[in-house]
Amino acid sequence: MKELVIVSGKGGTGKTSMAASLASLAAPVVLADCDVDAADLHLVVEPRINSRNDFLCGSKARIKPGHCTACGKCEELCRFDAIFYDGPGNGRVARTFRVDSLACEGCGVCADYCVEGAIEFKPVVAGQWFVSTTKYGPMVHARLAAAAENSGKLVTQLRQTAQQMVQSQGLELVICDGSPGIGCPVIASLTGASLALIIVEPTMAALHDFERIARLTVRLGIPALLAVNKADLNKELAERLETAAVAVGIEPAGRVPYDPEVTRAQIAGRSVVEASAGPAAEAVRALWQRVNGRLQGCAESQAGGLVQMGVKQ
Amino acid sequence: MIVAIASGKGGTGKTTVAVNLAYLAARSGRATAYLDCDVEEPDGHVFLRPEIEEQQPIEKLVPTVDPERCTYCGACARVCRFGAIASLPKQTVIFSELCHACGGCRLACPVDAIREVPRTIGILRRGHSGEIRFLEGVLNVGEAMSPPAIRAVKAAAPKDAELILLDAPPGTSCPAVETVRGCDYVVLVTEPTPFGLNDLVLAVEMVRALRRPFGVVVNRADVGNGRVREYCAGQRIPMLGEIPDDRAAAEAYSRGQMLVEAVDGFAERFGSLLARLVERKA
Repeated sequence: MKELVIVSGKGGTGKTSMAASLASLAAPVVLADCDVDAADLHLVVEPRINSRNDFLCGSKARIKPGHCTACGKCEELCRFDAIFYDGPGNGRVARTFRVDSLACEGCGVCADYCVEGAIEFKPVVAGQWFVSTTKYGPMVHARLAAAAENSGKLVTQLRQTAQQMVQSQGLELVICDGSPGIGCPVIASLTGASLALIIVEPTMAALHDFERIARLTVRLGIPALLAVNKADLNKELAERLETAAVAVGIEPAGRVPYDPEVTRAQIAGRSVVEASAGPAAEAVRALWQRVNGRLQGCAESQAGGLVQMGVKQ
Repeated sequence: MIVAIASGKGGTGKTTVAVNLAYLAARSGRATAYLDCDVEEPDGHVFLRPEIEEQQPIEKLVPTVDPERCTYCGACARVCRFGAIASLPKQTVIFSELCHACGGCRLACPVDAIREVPRTIGILRRGHSGEIRFLEGVLNVGEAMSPPAIRAVKAAAPKDAELILLDAPPGTSCPAVETVRGCDYVVLVTEPTPFGLNDLVLAVEMVRALRRPFGVVVNRADVGNGRVREYCAGQRIPMLGEIPDDRAAAEAYSRGQMLVEAVDGFAERFGSLLARLVERKA
């Protein structure tokens, strides 16, 4: 089983549009939308949801106002500025302490050291994840609650489920739509994958960001390909990006020209290779040939690799 | 006044809005600071080209175990909610990338075998670009957790600046929350496409959960459709401004130029956006 992860460093370079197009060219495949913060792939692949599951993300503290004696120990111990002295009074004290659940990181130290036992520490539901069917094959995706934490752990959950589906359905490939950046959800998406496809636009900002995501793939030992989107916007920078890629062992796999058909396809809720025969669609088809060729020589996806970075409950 | 420039979706133009606003605010005589809180991929420097005066490491406290004292009782591993400590029969192993620096293990150790030591997770760079004071956090490649680096950038904000612009990371989870927390106002930048709308709705949920006042800027305003504007009107979200989709602007951006300097008409557009922003909280 192979796993292709689409990443970018910088956001908004066209990862999701690319994921939808590659899925339609590679079908049947398992799709995983690992951009759990801002999941958009469902808007173009129209999943039919078969099962919904709660995502439990560890616990958060809550102070029971009736039991708080306002001693202040919790505020003293909290390293995350999550405890405020503005809770309601309770007959014994005029004010109590209160936990800001959005600032609480779930370490549990306040609950462990409250002598009154006034602090509850319970698991919270931080979102939902779904197993669905699309016309390209099964899909796993999620909706993280607003302002929630542990997106890396949710990504790990999605990838593990996607890998099980590949096996149970006799398929060969998982395509993961990753998130921007180089932090926790991106590391959780890449660790142990067969191949990364890095999508960039030819801009100075992207050149800077590319260098960082490229170093991350090298560090994690994941082979990578580069695709330059909207390449005609600045041909000189497209070349500089490709040169920078070659210098770190990342093979340029193609350029996609700017084409208004891409946005039109998104509005129509379709992938560009299905909605158009224009220059972008043609370039994506050629790109898929190279990505697919390269995938054949890549290692099987290492599900076990996830455990290293996956945040333990 | 502290204003965060945020978005659910990546690549909508947060940095473009933040650096151009900073430029115009400073030019109009306001003491202005630009803080790049997108520590995973900080790009503001590409446009502002600051002179860096000072660099210092960003550190996070992580535990270290004194093997002379440790009895391998496992109390530290049991209390760690992040799976960052493994207690083996003859060894206590710390996974510092997973550590949230809560200090719980040190408190739990019955024999005082744990000390907390600083570990470098990134760099804080301080300088100026013309009259704009510039600060950025750069997370080390391979570090998973950006919130401690974002906290370090925000803590270093100049106290005497009239306008502090925070360039936020994309998304709606911990890094974006850490940036937006405690701000006076949030500008959400989006584009009028289905992806832009979907992610705007998520970003609105986030800023509402954080109880911050906010408004929306629509970038590449003439691509896509009218659904973002309909959504904002229906939700009574103030529309702060629109930036047109302009080939000359896209090319200037690609070269790392400031739109207000490089492209005709953009100084006026960003000027009225700045005026609207400052009026709201002046």
